[in-house]
Amino acid sequence: MMLKIRNLCASVGGKEILRGVNLDVRAGEVHAIMGPNGSGKSTLAQVLAGRETYDVTGEVLYEGRNLLAMPPEQRAVEGVFLAFQYPVEIPGVGNLYFLRTALNMVRQQRGLEELDAMDFLALAKERMKLVEMDQSFMNRSVNAGFSGGETKRNEILQMAVLEPKLAILDETDSGLDIDALRIVASGVNALRSKERALVVITHYQRLLNYIVPDRVHVMANGRIVRSGDKHLALELEKNGYADFEQDTAGGAFRAAGATS
Amino acid sequence: MSSLAKLVVAGTTENALLQGLSWLELRRNGHDPVWLKAFRHAAFQRVLERGFPTAKDEAWKYTQVGRILDVAFEPAEASASPRLSSAAIDQLAGDLGGARLVFVNGYFSPQCSSLMTLPQGVKVESLASALAEEGGSLEAFLARPFGEQTHAFTALNAACAEDGAFIQIPANTVIEEPIHLVFLSDQGTALLAGPPAGPVVSHPRSLVLAGPGSRVTIVETYAGILDEVYFTNAVTEIVLEEGAAVEHYKVQNETETAFHIALLDVRQERDSQFTTHSVALGSLLARHEVTVKLNGSGATTTLNGLYMPQNEQHLDNPTTIDHVAPECTSRELYKGVVDGRGRGVFDGRVIVRPGAMNTDSSQTNKNLLLSESARANTRPQLEIFADDVKCAHGAAVGQINEEAVFYLRSRGIPQLAARDLLTYAFVGEMLELIRVEPLRSHVEKLVALRLPTRGVGVAA
Repeated sequence: MMLKIRNLCASVGGKEILRGVNLDVRAGEVHAIMGPNGSGKSTLAQVLAGRETYDVTGEVLYEGRNLLAMPPEQRAVEGVFLAFQYPVEIPGVGNLYFLRTALNMVRQQRGLEELDAMDFLALAKERMKLVEMDQSFMNRSVNAGFSGGETKRNEILQMAVLEPKLAILDETDSGLDIDALRIVASGVNALRSKERALVVITHYQRLLNYIVPDRVHVMANGRIVRSGDKHLALELEKNGYADFEQDTAGGAFRAAGATS
Repeated sequence: MSSLAKLVVAGTTENALLQGLSWLELRRNGHDPVWLKAFRHAAFQRVLERGFPTAKDEAWKYTQVGRILDVAFEPAEASASPRLSSAAIDQLAGDLGGARLVFVNGYFSPQCSSLMTLPQGVKVESLASALAEEGGSLEAFLARPFGEQTHAFTALNAACAEDGAFIQIPANTVIEEPIHLVFLSDQGTALLAGPPAGPVVSHPRSLVLAGPGSRVTIVETYAGILDEVYFTNAVTEIVLEEGAAVEHYKVQNETETAFHIALLDVRQERDSQFTTHSVALGSLLARHEVTVKLNGSGATTTLNGLYMPQNEQHLDNPTTIDHVAPECTSRELYKGVVDGRGRGVFDGRVIVRPGAMNTDSSQTNKNLLLSESARANTRPQLEIFADDVKCAHGAAVGQINEEAVFYLRSRGIPQLAARDLLTYAFVGEMLELIRVEPLRSHVEKLVALRLPTRGVGVAA
């Protein structure tokens, strides 16, 4: 099992966001996690990447090891990758230099030699074709002044360069027009392999027309409330999330008077 | 007893600094021409009248000088033979490829210097030789930084300065290679033969006269060699005639036990272009003041500064840009990175005088605090007495963006390296502005070495 999540809870400032998530992901699988806004999808992604702003309990085993005990940089070099929903702008840090430094950290961990600037450039050029990125991106600061579509393509480029074992894509489709969506999706599909697992977080079914999942999970109120195959996504598209939210709101949630 | 010594004895025993100077004039007795003697006397009077700045002085609000005044500094003496190889100077100050004048404790060292062949009429020499040759013709220049605002340190420099650099570029002459002025301090244990002396004070005084239409690049480096207590009290004066272009750099990399008080005083005539880049890294306490007077219309001035106090360092950067003439442009960008218990100060005045129409001025100061106990003071001041001007200013004090740290960490870059990378990115803008390539790479190294990972992972 590549990823095994048991009773994962996360809260911030006393507010519970994840309330006992359970999930198993095997190498080679693509899992889609769907759910309404505020259901905890992005928090799950952030917690898996190592964001330290949450109080976390429960268990996450990554290749049999305690993922929660690892600092974010160790998770990355061990092969966990998060494509951010809102990648941060880092003016002054060149994209090329940033990505080469990141890759060399990963290569170090894998016992490979560091790539020099020339070799890296050759690799980057090849991977940039996957997401139809212009070479001029490499000379710009990380995400600085990028359009929404450009930041998302840049995330997938990073994934293509770093070659993670477990990639979590957090609403990679949000803010993309149909052409950009197609480019990003084909980039992701090119990276599907027997060794790699993908967790695709999305609000809409649209992305799943391009990246066809093996499993679909519905998340609501901090839990995974239903799992199924790709047909579940279509069902959600038709009926919406309202049923799930009503079915699963916890006692505390009801007591607070929530009626959604 | 000489007049100076008498003055000291009669006028003050207020602090050790002045007491230590009491024998200065005795030593110099008879060396100076009459005008210079009178000038020094007047300057010393000024020191005594004004007294040293206190916290009540608005311009010294953030910088207390008591620590300097408490030390019984002795005036440095010219040394016969500093033991310093060219390679050692390269190490300390960088090899910029052009003429290099080296001063030890404020005195010119011919054997450490290398003077290139320069175009006809160009003078690059020590101020002491220039004074010997030109004599009274320099009086007007030397006396100039003494307006009403002159504080005691500048006056003390005038009273005591014996040497420094003298650079004169004739009209329409262009010098491509930078002229490098290196000021090294040492009490005798590292460079000089003989037993170590007590804490020394040096008063280097430099003068750059850029003739009409001339172009030159000047780099000043200040560095110490051992962790000794010493005090550099420097004054540099630059005069740009009509259409002259001067690019000036100052790297203050004294040891962290030193005191450094300096004034860069600039006067610009019509259509001249001046740029200065200050890099303040060293000293326990340093104050590098820049004053620019835009006297001729169409002049452009650019002031850039980077200061990086750490540990217990205090680095103050007061600047004054005085728009006297119309149609002038000033640009100012200072950035501070403060770590440890350090303190960085930016105090920038822009004055637009009546009649300075169509002034175009912008001023920016940004500070990055790297620790809980780091402090930054920023005080941008616009004083506008003319209509029809364009003036903008802004100041910011912030911390490392933790979102960005997490992003970098999520890509495998360790926390300390991520923080350094972001710090370096903040500083990078200032480094890129350094156009003298060997100087830029020298400064890049100095900056990287100050980061917690000592620059591992930030060198491009």
